[in-house]
Formats: sequence, structure tokens, C-alpha cells
Amino acid sequence: MKVTRAIGEQLPQGAGATWTPRRLLPPSLRREPLSLWLAAIAVAGAAALPVLYLAVRAAESGESAVDLIFDFDTVAILWRSIQLIVLVTLGSVLIAVPLAWLTVRTDLPFRRAWAVASVLPLAIPSYVGALAFISAFGPKGLLQGWLEGPFGVERLPDLYGLTGASVVLILLSYPYVFLTVRATLWRLEPEMEEASWTLGRSPWQTFRRVTLPLLYPAIGAGALLVALYTLSDFGAVALLQYDTFTRVIFNEYNNAFNRSAAAALSLVLLAVAVSLILIEASARRRARYYSGANAARRRRRIVRLGRWRLPAFIFSSLVTLLALGIPVFVLVYWLTRGINAGESGLFDWDAAYTSVQYSVAAAVVTVIAAIPISVLSVRRPGLLSTGLERFSYVGFAMPGIAVGLGLVFFGIRYATGIYQTVYLLVFAYVVLFLPVAVGLIRSSLLQVNPRMEEAAMSLGRSRINAFLTVTVPVIRPGLAAAAIMVFLLTMKELPATLILGPIESRTLATSIWTAAEEAFFARAAAPSLLLVIASAAPMTFLVLRERSRN
Amino acid sequence: MTIETSNLLARRTVLMALGLATVLVLAIACSSDDQNENDGPGRWSSYSDGIELIIYSGRSESLVGPLIDKFEEATGIDAKVNYAGTGALAATLLEEGDRSPADVFFAQDPGGLGSIIELVKPLSDDLIGRVPDWARSPDNLWVGISGRARTVVYNTEALSPEDLPDTMDGFTDPKWKGRIGWAPTNGSFQAMVTGMRLIWGEDRTRDWLEGIVANDPSVYAKNTPTIAATGSGEVEVGFVNHYYLHRFLAEEGEGFAARNYFLPGGGPGSAVLVTGAAILKTSDNVTAAERFLYYLLSTEAQSYFAEETYEYPLIAGVSWADLLPDLASLNTPDIDVSDLGDLAATQNLLREVGALP
Repeated sequence: MKVTRAIGEQLPQGAGATWTPRRLLPPSLRREPLSLWLAAIAVAGAAALPVLYLAVRAAESGESAVDLIFDFDTVAILWRSIQLIVLVTLGSVLIAVPLAWLTVRTDLPFRRAWAVASVLPLAIPSYVGALAFISAFGPKGLLQGWLEGPFGVERLPDLYGLTGASVVLILLSYPYVFLTVRATLWRLEPEMEEASWTLGRSPWQTFRRVTLPLLYPAIGAGALLVALYTLSDFGAVALLQYDTFTRVIFNEYNNAFNRSAAAALSLVLLAVAVSLILIEASARRRARYYSGANAARRRRRIVRLGRWRLPAFIFSSLVTLLALGIPVFVLVYWLTRGINAGESGLFDWDAAYTSVQYSVAAAVVTVIAAIPISVLSVRRPGLLSTGLERFSYVGFAMPGIAVGLGLVFFGIRYATGIYQTVYLLVFAYVVLFLPVAVGLIRSSLLQVNPRMEEAAMSLGRSRINAFLTVTVPVIRPGLAAAAIMVFLLTMKELPATLILGPIESRTLATSIWTAAEEAFFARAAAPSLLLVIASAAPMTFLVLRERSRN
Repeated sequence: MTIETSNLLARRTVLMALGLATVLVLAIACSSDDQNENDGPGRWSSYSDGIELIIYSGRSESLVGPLIDKFEEATGIDAKVNYAGTGALAATLLEEGDRSPADVFFAQDPGGLGSIIELVKPLSDDLIGRVPDWARSPDNLWVGISGRARTVVYNTEALSPEDLPDTMDGFTDPKWKGRIGWAPTNGSFQAMVTGMRLIWGEDRTRDWLEGIVANDPSVYAKNTPTIAATGSGEVEVGFVNHYYLHRFLAEEGEGFAARNYFLPGGGPGSAVLVTGAAILKTSDNVTAAERFLYYLLSTEAQSYFAEETYEYPLIAGVSWADLLPDLASLNTPDIDVSDLGDLAATQNLLREVGALP
């Protein structure tokens, strides 16, 4: 009876209300099953392994690690890292949110093509991207060469340092925000926006006052990923000559051969990451992001851009031209130069096949592993569930080499059977990319009115059945986006793949690395292009499905 | 939607998920089965039949891959190579400890070998006797495989050899301000600085480093970006290893506007560094491991290094590529490369002068 009342109950409207219908449910329906909690704890426990390893290694060095941390100009490096993180995160949000809105809600020309193209920069390894930007826009890059003849430009302003590193990282990492925001926009129920229009608000006011607040969880989740990625990136900042923690950690592993010092420094990095995670969490509001009545499958009004159509088109083209066009152009330039010089056998299809295989496995397993944590943190907000959810982020913020070594440490001792096999490697991908999936699934789940599932259960469905038939269809855009993002990140993952991959296995990312390391540019360009092409497939599939459903 | 159809839908979703998972597991299992066929029983249980060798290679596949293929052809041994950075592999070996599946560690520099020295077993005198004394570990624990010289790469449009100083000292002159590129996080660069400390002593090395820092050098991530920047004219000179330039010439053609300048005055700026290899204590296949090291020091392999990767061969009777100056004419300072493993003091010095964060 109580259930019926819950369904019929009028809900207070608007984001900000903290009313939960769960309180009206009988206790048996309120509790999430124990198995879900156990699954979530197990997944978070797996994510904790590398941290445990770092703690073991750092403790080993005793006081010398503490000395070392203060030896470095830690405060200065911290300040540099913070500047970069703030700039990259802000820049990514400013590019990604309008782009996501334009490609989902407006009559932007070629919006489906832009949707695919806007995701692809995520597939470009940061060192390849940085190398391409330096080749194109460096002080003596290709652009300078073209300008020298007609205009006598002898040197372009330095790309290196904070400005260059920020710009390149923004262009390579805005897709984190783009994908999360897009998944949320796609499911956003249109009635609040419609109400706003009816009340005479302009489209801009509607976007700012109604749509944007509803996007906050997605923007927060995406921005956190950008910030953590910026913190842990080494390839781009090293080439763009901007010192952050990763350069010091790299030096400890590769030149000082001091694992303990590297571990201690990685823990400092982790502390910064935890602060970022807490900042994002404190910015979250205990708000409701679903509407009272379920307005599923309503046709959404497409916003006519009118005279803004051209500027919007130019904006989308410019982003794609810079973030995707420039790297691809430079890669094609290297490739043709190599082919003209008579190089052959540049395309390694086996490596492409292996990459796709690993990435599909990583995407499926990571999305499944992320579901228990996401569900609990949305449906049962509390100390434990929130703790588990935040904890799942740590893997993403750690240098890949630390995650790799951590799993060597545990794998060779306790999982000898799967050491140096694809199973342990996929496990590493789950640890690394779990938060990507959690962030996306979580912000999608926030859009689902839990009463729908409860109604299904009150009508006799089992909990799992209700979740699969009622909730999953609604969060499908989020699940798909999560799978795609994990797929793209796995395609380009390098340090953990090098350390944990089965012996003799070659992926596109490792082929690119081995070639780029020794200045075989044509041989690095071919797998990089394959990487971009292979990565385009799942996003194209998603966008085409959206069309058929529209 | 009725309960029946939606139950059906739920079942379909579950089945699809299960199906997908099964396909995945099968796909992975099949691919690892393929491996097991080659691996023989167990992944690293017993290779006493002497047909399989696990190599951890810090040297890139693009350089040594073809050589390892030739080794497999010549000996019938199935070499399985784990390629990664020397630092990452050294750390992996240390984490694996006595459980390591590896037989051989082929490292980019003596520092990497030095860091795992307690994990390796001594090599035979015969093997180690193939290279000169300066190119091996004094305790017979590792052997040098190929040599690379430190050198100065310069932009040919901005400079000609006459403009360049005789020794590294010359670059502290303020006239080089804003014209130098270097890579302080590069292992070979740090080895050169260690060489300076051994030959010049701490104070003179510090003075030199401070002099360069005062000249506001561009800081690159490693050798290859330094050479790319020198070729494009972003900087006029760079302190690098000699052999990367030949990759650039092969890739970009003879028009690439950078060349190596071997310091006529010698000194630490033209130190010859070595790559090296060692056999791990955990190796259950020492015979095959030794055959691999013998192969690397054979005329065939040493000629490969000379001709294909433009490195200096280390055994007697193999000459280097025509492009390279005579090893003797390099005025290589008299230092033992194994002494270049004293890393901590070099790191401290680089940090002190602000070259490292």
C-alpha cells in the first residue's frame, strides 16, 4: 500500500530537493542486497592493490623517502601541477560542454560527424599528440616553414611551458568531459526545459538556468577525470618541457633506479589526487536529477541555432581541426615521407587485432565491475558507498608504471597462474580505468527515478530483473559511453601494457612507442593512424544507433 | 509492456551479457592456448630442453628485433622477448625477485644492469674476454654489447664545425646563451656527467653545469627531441648520443640540417658508453642464455650493430660504419664504464644546480 502511495505522491520539483522516495518503502525493498555490497568492496579492494604496493615500497626506504620528498622542490612542483590542472580542466569544460550540447540538442550541420570526431583525440597517445603539435607549431615547426617564405617569420613564439602544455592537454583530454556530458544530455528529460521555454525564457537563459545545473554531475565527473589525467600524464608534459611530478618519478625509475623513492613520490602524487577527488565530491550537491513523472521516449525539441548556426559550425570545425586534424595531418606527413623513402611493412595488423581484443575485454569487464559501486553510491549514499566510490578513482591518478609494478608485486606472488597473461593485464586495465566507468554510470544513474525500479519490484520482479529491464535501458547511453571511453583509453595505454602484457604480445600502443623511441617516425605514424581509425568504430556505431532511435 | 515480454527482455539482456562474456573468455583462452602450444608445458616450469629463452630487453624492438630473429634462425632457440624501458624492466626484475621467469636482461645502459646486480650470475671468462676491459663489469657480472659515443649535434645552417669549441668547456661561454639543447633526465647524459665527476672532479663538474644552466638551455625529454630541435633550428647545438642522428638522416633525408661534431679535444664530452647484457640467477636455461650472449658478441651481430644501428662494435675484427670516426681517434677519456654506475651523487649534483627538479 505504501508503495502505491509513493508512486502517486507529488514530488517537489527542481534540482535541490532532497526528498527520497525510498523512505516510504518497506525495509525489505530499501536494502540493497549484500552481494552488491560485497561486489563493490571486492572491486574497490582490487583498485587498492597498487596503493598498497606503493606503501610497502615507500615504507622500505624509511626516512630517506621523506628526505627525498623534501629534497625536491616539492612546493614548486606542486604549484606548477596545480596551475596546469586548473587551466586544463577549465579549458576542457569550456570546449566540451558547448560541443556536447551542440551535437545533441541543436541543428548544427553535420552534428553526428562532429560527435564522432570530437571523441577521437582521446585515442591519441599524449606523447604522439605532443610530438605532432611540436612538429606543427613548434618554434621551427611546419607552420613556421610555411610562413617564412611569404612573411619572413623566422621563429614562432615558444610552444613550450605552461601555455603549450595546457593547450595540448586540453585538446587531448576535453573528450572526457564531452563524453560524460553527452551521455547525460542524451537522457535529459525535456519537460523542465520545455517549461522554461513556455515561461518565456530565451534558449540561452534556459541553458544556463535549467540545462546546465542538470549537467553538473556529468561536468564534475568529466572534469575530475581531466584533472587526474593531467596530474598523471608524462608524455605530453615531458615533450612540452613543463615539469610536474611525473618527471621526477620518471627520473627515479629510469635513472636513479630507486623504486622506493619513486613510490614515495607517487604517494605524494596520490595525495594531490585524493584532494582533487574530495574537491569534486564536496562540489556535488545532494540534489535530484530526475523528474517526477517518467517522460521516457519523448521527442526532444531540437534547438534551431538560427544566426548562431555559422559560429557554432566554425567552433566545432576549429576544435576538430586542432585536436584531431593537426595530429592526423602530421602522422600522414610522416607516413608518406616513409613510404616515399621506400619503407614497407608499416602496418602491423596483428598488433591492431591484439589491441582491439584487449580493449574490448577491458571495456566489458570494467563496465560490469563499475556497476555495483555506481549503484550503491547513487542509491545508498552513505559513508561506505561514498568511500568505495571515491576510492575507485585512485588507480586512474597513479602513474601507469606504478600500477604495473604493483600488479607485478602481487601477481608473481599470489597469482602466478595468470602472471604475464592477458587476464592480469585486463585486471590492470580495470584498476586503471574503473573511475572512468564509475563516473559515467553514476551520472547516468542520477537521472533515473528509483521509483521506476521499485514499482517493477512491487509488481513482482526480482531486483536484478528490475534493474536490467527498467534501469539499464535508461542508463544505456551512459553504459555505452563508459565502454567506449575505456576502450579508447585501453587502446592507447602503454606503461602497464609494457610491464604486464604477455611476452611477445604487441599492441598498437607498444608498436608506436618502440618506433617513436628510436625516431622511426614513419613506423610510429602507421600504428598511430590505425589507432585513430580503430577507435572511431565504436563511437560511430553509438552515434548511428542514436540516430535510429531518434 | 507486459510482465512476460519484459521478463523476456531481462532474460535476453542477461543472456546477451553472458554470451558476450563467454565469447570473450573463449577468445582470450584461445589466444593463450596458442601461446601455450609454443610455450610447452607450463609457462616457466622447465626449459631444460634448451629451446626457449626469455629475454627482458630494454633495447627497443625496432633496433634489436631483427637481430633476435636472426639468432632464432641460427640456433633454433625460441627467444621470447619482453620489450620495455630499461628502468621499467629493472624495477620489474627487482619486484619479481627469485620468481622471475627471465633468463637474460639486455639493458640500454650499465646503470640498469648495476641496479639489479644482486640478481645476476657471473659470466664465463671466455665470454667476457671478447670485449675490452673498459666495456664490462669488473666482477664479470655483465658484458658490454655495443658502444655509443657522446657527441655534440649542431645545426648546419647556423654553424660550421669551426664555430664549435674543442671540448665541452667551451659551451659555458655566454655566447652560447639560448643556443643549447640538453636532456638532463636522459640516462646517457647523466652517465656523461658521472664521467665528468670522475675525470674533472666535483667542483669543476659543478662549475660546468652551472655555466650551462646560466646559458639558459632548452630542456628536452630525451635524445631524439633534442636532435629534432637541432635539425629544425630551434636550438643550434645539442648534447646527445651519436647514433640517433643516423635515424634522422634515414628518415628525413640528407637535407636534415644537423650533423654530429666529435669534440677534437676529447674529454667526458666524447665518452663512449655501452649497452650490456647479463644472465639472471633465476635462469633455468643458462646454456641458451650463454648462446644468446655469445651470439650478440659474434661477428654477425656486431656487424649488425655497426651497419644497421650505427653503433660501435666492441669485439676485435669488426669495423664500424664508414660514417663514424675511428674509436681511437675519439679521444675517449680513460674511464671504466662500470664506474659510471655511481648515480646518486650525479643526481644530487644535477638537482643542486637546478638541472633536475
